[in-house]
Amino acid sequence: MPYAIEMKHIRKEFPGIIANDDINLQVEEGEIHALFGENGAGKSTLMNVLFGLYQPDEGEIYVHGKKVRIADPNDANRLGIGMVHQHFMLVEKFTVAENIILGREPTIHGRLDMTKAVKIVSDLSEKYGLDVDPMKKVEDITVGMQQRVEILKTLYRGSDILIFDEPTAVLTPLEIKELIDIMKRLVKEGKSIILITHKLKEIFEACDRCTVIRRGKIIGTIGIGETNPSDLADMMVGRKVNVRINNAPYEPKEKVLEIRDLTVLDSRKVKAVNQLNLTVHGGEIMGIAGVDGNGQTELVEAIAGLRKVKEGAIEINGNDVTNHKTRKIIEAGLGYIPEDRQKHGLVLDFSIGENMVLQTYYKKPYAFAGVLNNKVISKKAKQLIHEYDVRTPGEKTLARSLSGGNQQKVIVAREVDRSPQLLVAAQPTRGLDIGAIEFIHGKLLEEKEKGKAVLLVSFELDEILHLSDRIAVIFEGRIIDIVNPKETNENELGLLMAGRKKEEAQA
Amino acid sequence: MSILEVLAIIVPSTLLTAAPLIFTALGGVFSERSGVVNIGLEGLMSVGAFTAAIATLFLEHAGFGNASPWIAILIAAVAGAIFSLIHAVVSITFRADQTVSGVALNFLAAGLTIFLVKLIYNGNGQTPYIAHNINKISVPVLSNIPIIGPIFFQQVTYTSYLAIFVSFVVWYIIFKTSFGLRLRSVGEHPAAADTLGINVTRMRYIGVMLSGFFGGIGGAVYLVTITANYNVSTIAGQGFLALAAMVFGKWHPIGAMGASLFFGFAQALSITSQQIPYIDRLPSVVMMVAPYVLTLIVLTGFVGRAEPPKADGIPYIKGQR
Repeated sequence: MPYAIEMKHIRKEFPGIIANDDINLQVEEGEIHALFGENGAGKSTLMNVLFGLYQPDEGEIYVHGKKVRIADPNDANRLGIGMVHQHFMLVEKFTVAENIILGREPTIHGRLDMTKAVKIVSDLSEKYGLDVDPMKKVEDITVGMQQRVEILKTLYRGSDILIFDEPTAVLTPLEIKELIDIMKRLVKEGKSIILITHKLKEIFEACDRCTVIRRGKIIGTIGIGETNPSDLADMMVGRKVNVRINNAPYEPKEKVLEIRDLTVLDSRKVKAVNQLNLTVHGGEIMGIAGVDGNGQTELVEAIAGLRKVKEGAIEINGNDVTNHKTRKIIEAGLGYIPEDRQKHGLVLDFSIGENMVLQTYYKKPYAFAGVLNNKVISKKAKQLIHEYDVRTPGEKTLARSLSGGNQQKVIVAREVDRSPQLLVAAQPTRGLDIGAIEFIHGKLLEEKEKGKAVLLVSFELDEILHLSDRIAVIFEGRIIDIVNPKETNENELGLLMAGRKKEEAQA
Repeated sequence: MSILEVLAIIVPSTLLTAAPLIFTALGGVFSERSGVVNIGLEGLMSVGAFTAAIATLFLEHAGFGNASPWIAILIAAVAGAIFSLIHAVVSITFRADQTVSGVALNFLAAGLTIFLVKLIYNGNGQTPYIAHNINKISVPVLSNIPIIGPIFFQQVTYTSYLAIFVSFVVWYIIFKTSFGLRLRSVGEHPAAADTLGINVTRMRYIGVMLSGFFGGIGGAVYLVTITANYNVSTIAGQGFLALAAMVFGKWHPIGAMGASLFFGFAQALSITSQQIPYIDRLPSVVMMVAPYVLTLIVLTGFVGRAEPPKADGIPYIKGQR
């Protein structure tokens, strides 16, 4: 039987970089095939070639054994190739049904036949078990449902080969599980799936085979039954990866952060943080575990002075910083790795160098009498780029053009280099590949060893369990328990995060 | 003077001055819904008015009589569409800044039309007056209805009714047809449209050229119903009012029509103020600036959260994050 997709000797070059170099990929009919590699390894480029968004410089593509030329997404659609994009391609102002039929609308004499459209969507949604509300606007539905809309778009066009580009990056753990179920159901219905990912867990849960790609080259294709997570991770990164971390012993020092009876409102004026108390000491990593939306974001923003504190007090090193200006708080000893690196962490259209002095640009030696000293800034940036292994042509490169992992390294470099007494890290490794995660974890641990206080907020329980010295469980804006990571496990934490008491959780 | 009599003066005048704004604002809706900011509406109206003047004069001479201004409107529409191609090429194909391109369009139109007028009329700064205007009429039968008749159906031009009717047609096209869905999709999320095989460039060209088409009609209607000749100050500010009406109308055809009627009303007030008790005592300069002051007040205070199409003003580059 011919392959559903066969790509031979694909080469794609961009100015200054070879994104794909002599790539061969074979996807069998009816399998879930993982395309596994680090951020910026060339996975998305390869799939954009397959979907007709890019033209390869060299190479051939075969679909169901027939040689084809894919000039644009229309060609890909005709060949039955559909793509679920990493950044959803949905018009937020349109309804679910409008998004699905767009470009291939049912009409009566030129008039949109929305009744028919809704019916088609409902039927498809039922057939594949993809729950959506056809009449709702996309801006009003959850991320999980938006993704189902993306999948339905491809199914509506009759695709039998589906490309999923890092589909789990934006999903909650529950939604990830649902997605994997959906993919398995689609395969049963006769579809073939290519899953682009850098998460090992998903590969072992969902896939049949896996092709590893590193720096634009194919490393190999392997059956999931014939390998294990650790080997696969080494294959991807190209060296031995430390999955377990060497955590120095827990020797707490004096109080650095003290939060008393803190109440913070969210944007809808609802109490997101409610009478919360928390103390973090020097020389410890305090992990905050909780389901998304239980006040983590608001807590962190309140500490950083980005959101107003309604009641209560925040002290850093014994200085009250409640409702102080962010710059004052930073000068009091705060380092902050924000949750949304593109929105709050970087000025995307500034150079890496400029981004690296965002908190210190006004001080000597970076500025004198209000004039920036670019020489010193460049020198500093070069040093940090080297120290933190930021992969970039140079410090003049715009932050926008970096991959996610390297953007995050720029932020970590900036925050950690100032060596603040308190480092608040919100989702510091979200969306990053194993290599970058390992690096950032190492930096957090170094800070702890230096005797600094680290507050780590993460939805990844693995991360919380591996790094923290103490874990505070947040639920509905309060810390409902503080547990020792050595004496707990994912199950117990999961129950605590759902609001159960410890006794119940242990029972 | 009774309220009824005041209304019978103001409403027809409102309808008259609103018609050019409605057409032009509808043009703006097409362009911006497709994702191209069009500040050049003023220039498009100038080209429309100029073309209408020349065409009407020519057609009158050729013996078309009362049909002349109507045919001239159509010719002006085509001229507007062709002129808008400059904006399309510059801002869509070459991805230049759309605001700058629109401003350039305005300057170009102002300069070019007056240059041509001087060239054609031996150095004269204005065209002769056209002989066949589209005149104010009283609509048979309807104008005899008590109360409503004198207010809405006497002393009006057919172009006003046409403008209101066309607003509904445009609403239907934009919100009820597959063409409209595609047009809006490239204005909101061109990359999404592209992955679904919709030709973003083509849709945007159509959007901009429709704005030229309707802007041309707007300018032409202004000429054949109100000024009757073309000179440097004919379109002074009308295109910008239409632009404001489009924003005030939240990029919605019916909204744009309503806003145009409001601005028409403001202009009507200043034109008819001498006939209306109490208002006639205000200095005329107050009434002259009234439309623009009202525009400012409305735009700053009453628009509320008007969200433009998401990709409005952003050139589309394939494959960019």
